[in-house]
Amino acid sequence: MTPVLGAYRVMKTFGHVRALRHASFEAFPGEVTALVGDNGAGKSTLTKVLSGVYSPDEGEVRIDGNPVRLSDPHDAKARGIETVYQDLALAPDLDAAGNVFLGRELRRFGILHNHPEMRRRTATAFRDLGVGLVQDMRAPVAEFSGGQKQSVAIARAAMWATKVIIMDEPTAALGVIQTAKVLELVERIRDKGIAVVFISHNLPQVLQVADRIEVLRLGARVARFRRGEADVDRLIAAISGAYANEESS
Amino acid sequence: MTQTKPPAETESQEPVTPSVPFVRALLRNPTMVTFAVLLGIIAAFSILAPDTFTQRSNFVQLAQNVAILTVVSVGTTFVIITAGVDLSIPSGIVLGEVFAVHALQLIGTGGDTTAADVAADQTKGWYMLVALAGALLAGLIIGTINGLVVAYLKVPPLLATLGTLGAGLGAALILQNGVNTATYALDPLGHGSWIAAVPNLIPIALVVVVAGFILLHMAVFGRHTFAIGSNPEAARRAGINVERHLLKVYIIGGVSAGFAGFLSVAYFSTTSIGGHSTDNLQAITAVALGGTSLFGGVGSIIGTLIGVWIPAVLKNGFVITGVQPYWQDVAVGLVLIVAVWFDQLRRRTRNRG
Repeated sequence: MTPVLGAYRVMKTFGHVRALRHASFEAFPGEVTALVGDNGAGKSTLTKVLSGVYSPDEGEVRIDGNPVRLSDPHDAKARGIETVYQDLALAPDLDAAGNVFLGRELRRFGILHNHPEMRRRTATAFRDLGVGLVQDMRAPVAEFSGGQKQSVAIARAAMWATKVIIMDEPTAALGVIQTAKVLELVERIRDKGIAVVFISHNLPQVLQVADRIEVLRLGARVARFRRGEADVDRLIAAISGAYANEESS
Repeated sequence: MTQTKPPAETESQEPVTPSVPFVRALLRNPTMVTFAVLLGIIAAFSILAPDTFTQRSNFVQLAQNVAILTVVSVGTTFVIITAGVDLSIPSGIVLGEVFAVHALQLIGTGGDTTAADVAADQTKGWYMLVALAGALLAGLIIGTINGLVVAYLKVPPLLATLGTLGAGLGAALILQNGVNTATYALDPLGHGSWIAAVPNLIPIALVVVVAGFILLHMAVFGRHTFAIGSNPEAARRAGINVERHLLKVYIIGGVSAGFAGFLSVAYFSTTSIGGHSTDNLQAITAVALGGTSLFGGVGSIIGTLIGVWIPAVLKNGFVITGVQPYWQDVAVGLVLIVAVWFDQLRRRTRNRG
């Protein structure tokens, strides 16, 4: 199977800091691919290369096997790659539909927005994804709990992503039950055939939700696991450099 | 309060249910509070002065008095919703007046006279259009400078517009050599009534209100204005060109001031280069009274309309009932503080994350 999104031998240098040294990464449709690594391993830089924020100094990004140059995040979005940032990037005073359609409003007569239709489509999409917000579609998202806000941000990405959703620490700020809800949401999105890139420090959670795990260390991929091949100890070994199953260059 | 409700703070995905629905509804919609205040004031004066205050002519007079302030307050609503502020309104108005008169002076009517000198019954429709173009140009210039400085140079709006306030008023004085110019060319507009004996300023202000309502609450433009005021980074990541949008919002603020200047010349038959100096504060007061948040992201045109009326009704009512009208300033100041405190309270209760 061809990876829907891949990075191959990517180099990225900031001044004297080599954030990525021939880092590679692959995500497949209908799979949750976890990206793990210690602080400074290059996760964040790699994520930004994949979502179009940075362009690589060397190496290439491929979508469906075809090399692409992503000029900016909007370019990535236009190609079906959505990113859920850690700070969610929601406008708290707008309601859920306002946020979901922000910048992509449905229009009437060219300049007016068609809010009822946006609200309807948002409610339908939330219902499909099992996000239980449909009753409160008129409230500004500022009134939502942290988990609900996270759900809105993820559901927004899910509504627009045709290929890949990149999630940066989607459960970092959430309680236990909210986390479970968000992980369920991640699985439902995966089951729709979308590739989910899941960045997290929480290894038990990664083992629970990920179909594949890729480990980044010092700016390069050092290990890859399929579901069931890894446990917490082996992941920690890979993250800390004691284990590798891949030729690092 | 005897209803059984699930506890408000649950970890479930259920919507958060307000513990006291009425209070929550009020907090969510501060416009209703202000509207109740306005109705209360009107009711009080209607009881105190039933013969004079409630007359139709009194309300028509009131509506005419607030027309010019209404126009600039609509523009100011957009600016404040972006978490900005426009102090330069007086310079927009005064420059609008000056440009309108100068535009009239460019039109010769044969001999030594210009369109600015014509008598009220000899003016022509296109003279007024030329004056309008001049006034709007002045507003466009002020608004564009504000927008460029705020959006692209990232100068805080308070200081950017304080700068254009001084500069614009100075420019007006220079252009006028420090003296006002009288003109009757716009009198049919300022003193006529084309529709059902209602002074023209009222339907004109109404058109501005309706246009502002559509642009803010029904158009994509307004949606983006709210989004930028709410979280500019979210707007940027959603693909909105935040800087360009802010520029447009400040242009709306400037052009509304320029248009108000045009109406001012029409109504007072002269420029007023020393006047309008507190119109910016009056507009900000009206907007804040109407429930628009100075922190951005929240606001409404209807609220602004109510906010314009509260001080006007107070002043009018005090005059009619023989109370010293200066009490209006005291009352408006207190109401303003309560309104903004309400806004703070609302933000605190909902930002529980």
